[in-house]
Amino acid sequence: MTTTAPRGTGAVTPGRGDGGPAPRRAAIRARHLRTDRWWLQPLITVVVLLSFVVYSSFRAFQNAYYFAEPYISPFYSPCITTGCEGDTFPEFFTGPSFISPAIYILVIPLGLRATCYYYRKAYYRSFWLSPPACAVGEPHKRYTGESRPPLLIQNLHRYALYGALLFNVILTYDAILGFRDETGEWGHMGVGTLVLLANAALLWLYSLSCHSCRHIVGGRLNHFSKHPLRYKAWTQVSKLNASHAKFAWLSLFSVAIADAYVFLLATGTITDFRFF
Amino acid sequence: MTYAASFRVWRGDVTGGDLQDFTVDVNEGEVVLDVIHRLQATQAGDLAVRWNCKAGKCGSCSAEINGRPRLMCMTRMSTFGEGDTVTVTPLRTFPVIRDLVTDVSYNYDKAAQIPAFNPRPREADGSHRMQQVDVERSQEFRKCIECFLCQDTCHVIRDHEGNKGAFAGPRYLIRLAELDMHPLDVTDRRDAAQDDFGLGYCNITKCCSEVCPEGIHLTDNGIIPLKERVVDRRFDPLTWLGSKIGRRPKD
Repeated sequence: MTTTAPRGTGAVTPGRGDGGPAPRRAAIRARHLRTDRWWLQPLITVVVLLSFVVYSSFRAFQNAYYFAEPYISPFYSPCITTGCEGDTFPEFFTGPSFISPAIYILVIPLGLRATCYYYRKAYYRSFWLSPPACAVGEPHKRYTGESRPPLLIQNLHRYALYGALLFNVILTYDAILGFRDETGEWGHMGVGTLVLLANAALLWLYSLSCHSCRHIVGGRLNHFSKHPLRYKAWTQVSKLNASHAKFAWLSLFSVAIADAYVFLLATGTITDFRFF
Repeated sequence: MTYAASFRVWRGDVTGGDLQDFTVDVNEGEVVLDVIHRLQATQAGDLAVRWNCKAGKCGSCSAEINGRPRLMCMTRMSTFGEGDTVTVTPLRTFPVIRDLVTDVSYNYDKAAQIPAFNPRPREADGSHRMQQVDVERSQEFRKCIECFLCQDTCHVIRDHEGNKGAFAGPRYLIRLAELDMHPLDVTDRRDAAQDDFGLGYCNITKCCSEVCPEGIHLTDNGIIPLKERVVDRRFDPLTWLGSKIGRRPKD
């Protein structure tokens, strides 16, 4: 005779994430039964993101080799202190010499990526293992997600977006400054110009494809028919939004590549190939 | 072409159970549910399995196949090698009734708690008018067949039974999003989404979207827009101020 659970008892058990036992579930001991390489994607994410963090931290604290006329590294732009190399942005104040100008502006790009809906998925899965992959048990006893501080701060993503859009304007301006030569004369172009332009374009694509941007341009509306322009904008952002993860990675790489290119120029390791 | 496949099927009930090994014939073009039925007909006559349409539209035959939440009727045997062992287990997140059948009444309880559709008053001619562009976002979520694979895979309740009281699961978060986006509906569900249905518990790891057999973009089109609407209401000082001074109507 088979024992079955009484009807209607499968429903809600009270509690707020206190990690109690799981009553009446099928007794399956294995944490998961997946047979594919589910661990590969989180592993790649950890390796790539950690590599970027190590490289960008080194470069941000280095406080040198971030400017090679007419190019400035995106890690250091906008450069807002009197200690800045080059003259690409108004210098607002003189900070302590041991603080790199990159540190003052770090909060915007870091804030955007740290609170980005895509990166949240990436690092919750790969660093916090919550969960490491779909239907693979997570190691934590308790889980409250983004329902309480400190993770409630993720809800401020749109403010990081506003800042990032402003930074995109500045980085686009930097790329346009790349149409000068070493003496400041306009009408020239080199590989560095292309690198900075590609970086600015990818950053725009990443920012404009953002879920918060999608909401702001039209997602919050319930009557698209009353707002045809915003509906059109929402439709375009929605198309970009489908590739948000791709733009997140490509723009991460492009920032690092643009910085590395300026670094190599500034250290004299390579010379910029000029088209005209 | 017929071949003999190795199957491991969880058999048991609320008092316990285990994976049992079977060797069963598989014909070209078959799906996992066909093989489970052959197993039931030839070797395990009392194997409990819930199914109905065999066409991916009723959402009954949800199970976990090689550890992944899937519909048995929509999982082709050709996706596995002939030498592979196929493991079929019941949904882990819900109490087991017997073998592959689970008690999914948690979901019906949550559904009943959601504030119902509440349309604005009818127009003078007695009709409700709305434009297609206004309602098509909600229509994506109407494709849901309630197979509860998203609920099963969501780690918030899969790995933490205690969260079931506070969290409604992705299926019901998109139900809230559907109603909140609806051009005729006048109930504001944003506070309820956060406070009563646990929207904040979702950390958008997108497993619900990965397993949805209807291809609904639960996270991108439902849960994240709902989170952003809650931000408008609860966490963004500018939109909050705008709504207080009357510069920001809901639409």
